[in-house]
Amino acid sequence: MTAADTAWMLMATALVLLMTPALGFFYGGLVRSKNMLNTLMMSIASLGFAGIAWAVLAYSLAFGTGNAFLGDLSKIFLSGVNLEAQGKIPHLLFMAYQGTFAIITVALISGAIVERMRFTAYLVFLPLWTIVVYAPLAHWVWGGGWLAKLGALDFAGGTVVHINAAAAALVAALVLGPRKDYARQAILPHNVPLTVLGAGLLWFGWFGFNAGSALEANNLAALAFVNTMLAPAATLLVWTLLDLMRTGKVTAVGSATGIVVGLVAITPAAGFISPASALAIGAIAAFPSYYALLFRARTRLDDSLDVVAAHGLGGTVGAILTGVFSQTTWNSAGANGLLFGNPKQAAIQILASVAAMVFSGVLTFALLKLIGLFIPLRTDSRAEGLGMDVSQHGEEAYTGGDGAILLLDRSPIANPAPISTPALTAEKG
Amino acid sequence: MKLVVAVVRPDKINDVLESLFRAEVRGLSISRIHGHGGETEQVETYRGTTVKMELSEKVRLEIGVSDHFVEPTVKAIIEGARTGEVGDGKIFVLPLEKVYRIRTGEEDRAAVTPVNVLAGKA
Repeated sequence: MTAADTAWMLMATALVLLMTPALGFFYGGLVRSKNMLNTLMMSIASLGFAGIAWAVLAYSLAFGTGNAFLGDLSKIFLSGVNLEAQGKIPHLLFMAYQGTFAIITVALISGAIVERMRFTAYLVFLPLWTIVVYAPLAHWVWGGGWLAKLGALDFAGGTVVHINAAAAALVAALVLGPRKDYARQAILPHNVPLTVLGAGLLWFGWFGFNAGSALEANNLAALAFVNTMLAPAATLLVWTLLDLMRTGKVTAVGSATGIVVGLVAITPAAGFISPASALAIGAIAAFPSYYALLFRARTRLDDSLDVVAAHGLGGTVGAILTGVFSQTTWNSAGANGLLFGNPKQAAIQILASVAAMVFSGVLTFALLKLIGLFIPLRTDSRAEGLGMDVSQHGEEAYTGGDGAILLLDRSPIANPAPISTPALTAEKG
Repeated sequence: MKLVVAVVRPDKINDVLESLFRAEVRGLSISRIHGHGGETEQVETYRGTTVKMELSEKVRLEIGVSDHFVEPTVKAIIEGARTGEVGDGKIFVLPLEKVYRIRTGEEDRAAVTPVNVLAGKA
């Protein structure tokens, strides 16, 4: 362990944690104003509910030795997770860093179910999904599970985070069904500046996500960092051109979306490919997501904030292209991809992506159906019409306070202090 | 001529507009207002402060129509705005003394009739 490694990973952990509130703002700007707080809270709640689930149980299931499919219970309640080295950093720090990934992954799913899911049902979903779906998948890829042994490359979580969240999001959108106004009324973003701010903060945090996945302050972190800068730049450029060609106007919501798609696509590849390849991945990733967004809005699938188009397609394209562009000359711990004489790697990447989709999809479906037996997953349509902020949280994002009557447990003037009455004597002078 | 003033729920305004356009009522203006019509008050809490919201968000429509258009207009608003719960809103029909179209200086009935209807294109 060196001070440099520890210092960088402390910073990287904080960066990734910031991504979750950033995601809340990114999503929040895209919903109607009556649902702003609810959408924000779906991300914020994850900090607590997924964060605790991670420390108590999920970390052990993901990174305990276990077998090829699941870790073990050796580290529950963080037992044995101390300041000794795990790789190049203290074990506790490694646990915390991985925890920030679990937190944002489940929060990503919320984009598919905003404006209608009952908040209490969502609170139950958060820790259970982290334990039942995220932990095993993290074990498969990073905890020495079967995908790791197979040689699947996933530098910072294209499969574990993005494909996983998108498959869960697709299933969740189908299980909950569309919003009552979906495809009947135009549902427009209420605050595009917040969405752009969220995208900017996500990019900033993503440097911790990708460069931090080197798990030490080394050349690999520098490579992942630069690739994280270049790939979204390429996606943004292509996205802008597609917007220009289609409508003649470059949209702000589109640009914010393009940045996120580029970040998603580079995630699995960040530490395995050359910067030139990062530009290529970023540029290529724009196409499927761009057209999927246009197509999805014409369907009955109310994946409200397009988790599938952005994270599912972006993540899958990134995962497969990792198997095309990866080079051992950039990272000797990786593998050569299709373009460098190893077509098998691309096949492994496809297999890993499909395995993640199926696992996440099936388990998320079962979990939501199970929760639905005890708590209705949706609010009633009246509460949905009123807005989730008032119906679920008893707060409004934007209120002037007109007509708000203060409720007090006891009246402050129950025992009024005697009012001193000035003696009405004739004033002098 | 009458001035139809309607106060409706914000989440029903799109339904109201849709049914008004279907009834060929064009020319209207809306504003966001706060109102109270006997519905249950919402209790909200901000840190230690608990408040009862006596006023809820509403949308007010103002539509100037010629006499024979009053009934279809009112019908269309009711059709779009009704949920059956307390708080659906009100419609007021007021006499309207004079109307001018600013662009042409036309008055009264000619001023409240949409341009494309006058030109026979409707």
